[in-house]
Amino acid sequence: MKAEGVQAAAWLLIALPLAGSALLLLGGRRTDKWGHWLGTFATVASFGVGVAALVQMLGYDAEERHRTLHLWELFRAGGIKVDADLLVDPLSISFVLLITGVGSLIHVYSIGYMEHDPDRRRFFAYLNLFVAAMLLLVLGDNYVIMFMGWEGVGLASYLLIGFWQHKPTAATAAKKAFVVNRVGDFGLLIAIFLMFGTFGTVGFDQILGTGGEHHGLAAQLSTGTATAMGLLLLVGACGKSAQLPLQSWLLDAMEGPTPVSALIHAATMVTAGVYLIVRSGPIFEMSETARLVVTIVGAATLIAGAIIGTGKDDIKKALAGSTMSQIGYMTLAAGLGRPGYVFAIAHLIAHGFFKAGLFLGAGSVMHGMNDDVNMRHYGGLFKKMSITGATFGLGYFAIIGVPGLSGWFTKDGIIEAAYDKGGTSGAILGTCALVGAGITAYYMSRVMFMTFFGEKRWADGVHPHESPKIMTIPLVILAFGSVFAGGWLVLGGFGDFLAPVVGESEHDFKALSLAGVGTFVLMLAGVALAWWQYGARKVPREAPKGSFLTVAARRDLYGDAINESLLMRPGQWLTRLAVWFDGRGVDGLVNGIAAGIGGTSGRVRRLQTGFARSYALSMYLGAAVILAALLVVNVT
Amino acid sequence: MNDFPWLSVLIALPLVGAVAVALLPRDRPTLAKQAAFGISAVVGVLAIVMATGFDSDGARFQFTEKYWWIKQFGVHWALGADGIALTLILLSVALVPLVILASWSDAERSGGVDGTAPKGSVKTYFALILALEAAMIGVFAATDVFLFYVFFEAMLIPVYFIIGFYGGPQRSYAAVKFLLYSLLGGLLMLVAVIWLFPLSAKPVSEGGLGHGTFLFTELNTMHVDPTTAKWLFLGFFVAFAIKAPMVPVHTWLPDAAQQSPAGALVLIVGVLDKVGTYGMLRFCLELFPGAAKWATPVVLALAVVSVIYGAVLAIGQVDLKRLVAYTSVSHFGFIVLGVFAMTTAGQSGAALYMINHGFATGALFLLVGFMIVRRRSARISDFGGVQKKAPVLAGLFLVAGLAGLSMPGLSPFVSEFMVLAGTFTRHRVPAIIATFGVVLAAIYILWMYQRTMGGPVREGNEGILDLTAREKWAVGPIIAVIIAMGVYPQPVLNIINPSVHHTLARLDRPDPAAKIHVAEKVAENGARP
Repeated sequence: MKAEGVQAAAWLLIALPLAGSALLLLGGRRTDKWGHWLGTFATVASFGVGVAALVQMLGYDAEERHRTLHLWELFRAGGIKVDADLLVDPLSISFVLLITGVGSLIHVYSIGYMEHDPDRRRFFAYLNLFVAAMLLLVLGDNYVIMFMGWEGVGLASYLLIGFWQHKPTAATAAKKAFVVNRVGDFGLLIAIFLMFGTFGTVGFDQILGTGGEHHGLAAQLSTGTATAMGLLLLVGACGKSAQLPLQSWLLDAMEGPTPVSALIHAATMVTAGVYLIVRSGPIFEMSETARLVVTIVGAATLIAGAIIGTGKDDIKKALAGSTMSQIGYMTLAAGLGRPGYVFAIAHLIAHGFFKAGLFLGAGSVMHGMNDDVNMRHYGGLFKKMSITGATFGLGYFAIIGVPGLSGWFTKDGIIEAAYDKGGTSGAILGTCALVGAGITAYYMSRVMFMTFFGEKRWADGVHPHESPKIMTIPLVILAFGSVFAGGWLVLGGFGDFLAPVVGESEHDFKALSLAGVGTFVLMLAGVALAWWQYGARKVPREAPKGSFLTVAARRDLYGDAINESLLMRPGQWLTRLAVWFDGRGVDGLVNGIAAGIGGTSGRVRRLQTGFARSYALSMYLGAAVILAALLVVNVT
Repeated sequence: MNDFPWLSVLIALPLVGAVAVALLPRDRPTLAKQAAFGISAVVGVLAIVMATGFDSDGARFQFTEKYWWIKQFGVHWALGADGIALTLILLSVALVPLVILASWSDAERSGGVDGTAPKGSVKTYFALILALEAAMIGVFAATDVFLFYVFFEAMLIPVYFIIGFYGGPQRSYAAVKFLLYSLLGGLLMLVAVIWLFPLSAKPVSEGGLGHGTFLFTELNTMHVDPTTAKWLFLGFFVAFAIKAPMVPVHTWLPDAAQQSPAGALVLIVGVLDKVGTYGMLRFCLELFPGAAKWATPVVLALAVVSVIYGAVLAIGQVDLKRLVAYTSVSHFGFIVLGVFAMTTAGQSGAALYMINHGFATGALFLLVGFMIVRRRSARISDFGGVQKKAPVLAGLFLVAGLAGLSMPGLSPFVSEFMVLAGTFTRHRVPAIIATFGVVLAAIYILWMYQRTMGGPVREGNEGILDLTAREKWAVGPIIAVIIAMGVYPQPVLNIINPSVHHTLARLDRPDPAAKIHVAEKVAENGARP
């Protein structure tokens, strides 16, 4: 159905931050004074439009909530036709509100956080660019428009990770993020080509159908094609969402300013892979294999990310490992199909709140600690920055799944759904998710104890202090969301809300189940272990040598080492070989042939070194003679 | 106005202008620059006025003119433009004034680098650029195959002198190499061109036309016997492959690029090389459809090799101009892939890619030229931290680079996507391998950006100034076009698509049908909204 009213102006959602970005970039230094306010206003205004669109949607019956907006014909040639269309439906509007809502808070926070940066205006321009691209990603009504947003957020991420370009580590991390993402995009692109070849279209309506009943063209897919398509989409999702084996960029991405880590590398962009899988549900439903691989990737990543999180002394990297792990949960849920979709999205939104809050809290701590990120230099900060400490604490309770808080509702839902899958695979996946919850409790408690409790370990010149209100108010709001969002979603009918997109499914929340009790016990064990190691004992300022597992976790489970030896080194070697070959081999061969035709190579050299003009002339004369000769021979 | 000889005027004007500029007094270089800019601007405006009269639903070739030239040999002065030729002419006339603006001072320094005085005078440089413009318009407008050949070779002369007079230290070598490669290809094509005459002179019963001619619009209805067609196809194809340039006959380009002044390089890579891919699409496919299909597997393989090999080599370069030249080898691989995929999307995408690549690489070469003039070096390792010193230069360089890696929202994305999607529907494996080029593109562009613009300000870069107003006016319009055509390319495709349909009709290659049709879905779920 066509969008009406406010929803017909859904293009404003994207246009507002895009215009903000363009103004700030083209306006240059003239906009330095008020650029951050403009950037913040653009995102808040976009949030306002989003809320209005939601209110309008809630006035419709469930089956009428799928609204499309045609903007213009992007390109068409032969059977390939792509329109710039937007889709406003329950799934996209959920993301819109998360992106613009959390995005607005992070914009506000950044006003304070980036106050002393001479390039604050440029920072806000990039943030706005990100918001616009992310909204395009979730609002696009076909795979090509979605892909444009998909690459757009990759660009914004690149610009923001490398925001401090003068730091070589930041520049390298930015490039790495983009390149690894491009590997994922390679898969996604081929998936889209395969759709063109198979369906002749890339439109969501045609392929996926509308109304959650999945009567789209995807329902006619053969298993083989569906598997190929699903796995290719998964490659794309792995790149964007830092899932194994394309996870290595996310930890390096922490080189970017902390609000970037909160917005892009925790709350929104990195969850795009989950969006892609859930949105493409009807394709995955045609292939058992594809879904199984998705769940395996999710389960493996949730364990790997959690283990990495246990070994990091850098507070942002510990949280980055955690992000990997939490997105692993979402991917696992998305791979479970209908029983998992709602929990995947609910956990995604809940995670958006508590992880954004945790990152911004970490930023607030860094702000007071002269940008030191090493938790071994923290300790006892709760007394010095109690608002940050309290809001961080609430986020911590939410992520480890303290009953009643966000994470408990959404994560337990995923664990149970995994067990409900049944069979060996269900048992293995569920157990992975269960164990992951225990490790989560351990590494998050470790962060909590090392940062806020114990005795102070900071150096004499450091004077930790609470951040200004413009930074703490967003923290408080996010903490509020960390506490209530999950419960509100799970108990408040989010499943019914999403049903027109992802289909009806059983998702009664069981407050007391075997898996729930198991999770709770493991959580307590994790907290206790962390307390025993980092709460009850003195934390050394220098990292101890550590066991084999600790070293592995510190080194990101050797992800970079593997990439380096398998891809980078051979790649460099190949490049050098190709350059050598091109100079000697190809050029030499062609020069040799030319010399052979012209007589001896000496003659060619002589011709090349001098009298070039007369040489050119003689060639033309030669051409004329040949021309004449041919005419005589052929015409007669 | 329909009878106005638009194309002849567009060719004559810059040619007359070239002579006029060459005759200006040697001690008035600024006057020569202003005159050249003025003439090219007038040509640009005229071409745009002409283009507004193009009817994309009308006849295939419009603005046609036909006069006898050499009657004995059936050679016409025949001009006309279909959608593809028109867009390429517009590309040429748009780039020339901007190039003149950008290379305002280039003729005063050899290759913009070593500070020695070039061999030619300032006025000659600009006269050569105008002469090149005339030849470029002519080569796209010619609808007589012989006339096309004449313009094809005529383009070489100004380029040869530009590189040879105004190039870097190794200019003689590069200029001669360029000329040798081009002439070798040109001679092969000449043989093939002339062969067409006796073939067309054969009676209709023997597959000829009954009268000897070089008119493309007649030749493309002729049926050449398969063996002859294969030879003639090769004659044309090798010439175009050298021009394009495709692996393995690409090695003249990096040398020419390294030595050529940046402004002229925009025209060489942005426009002149397009004659190669344009020639394949127009002449190889339409004159010899059977032979083109016969050669397709090999050509696709060469195209894929060009995409990957060019990209890998670009990663390994240490010289900025060579790097961008190799990225073009990769991009030309995409264009050839699209041409020989023989699907509507592939060929429309390829035709669009020619335009987009002209602008995107043009912007990149101009910006590289600005960097080289400032640093007096083209070595990547001599740069570093330029972003701190010249943020506008860095920002525009990044945008041009992103266009080079086909970032969505910038014009090359659409064409690359169409080429790959169009290829995939018929030839999956080549399309998949070529798609890997997008990963390599990210590496060569972003690594180049990181090494030149990122990091701390490296020694020797402290004094780098940001872009001047003149330089902004040269690059700004190109960037604007890149963005506009990235967001709304369909108007250009509307001009291109009909031409592609003609080519595909001649090839008798219908697009592969989708496996699962929308029609079936409507039948099954007819009741659904």
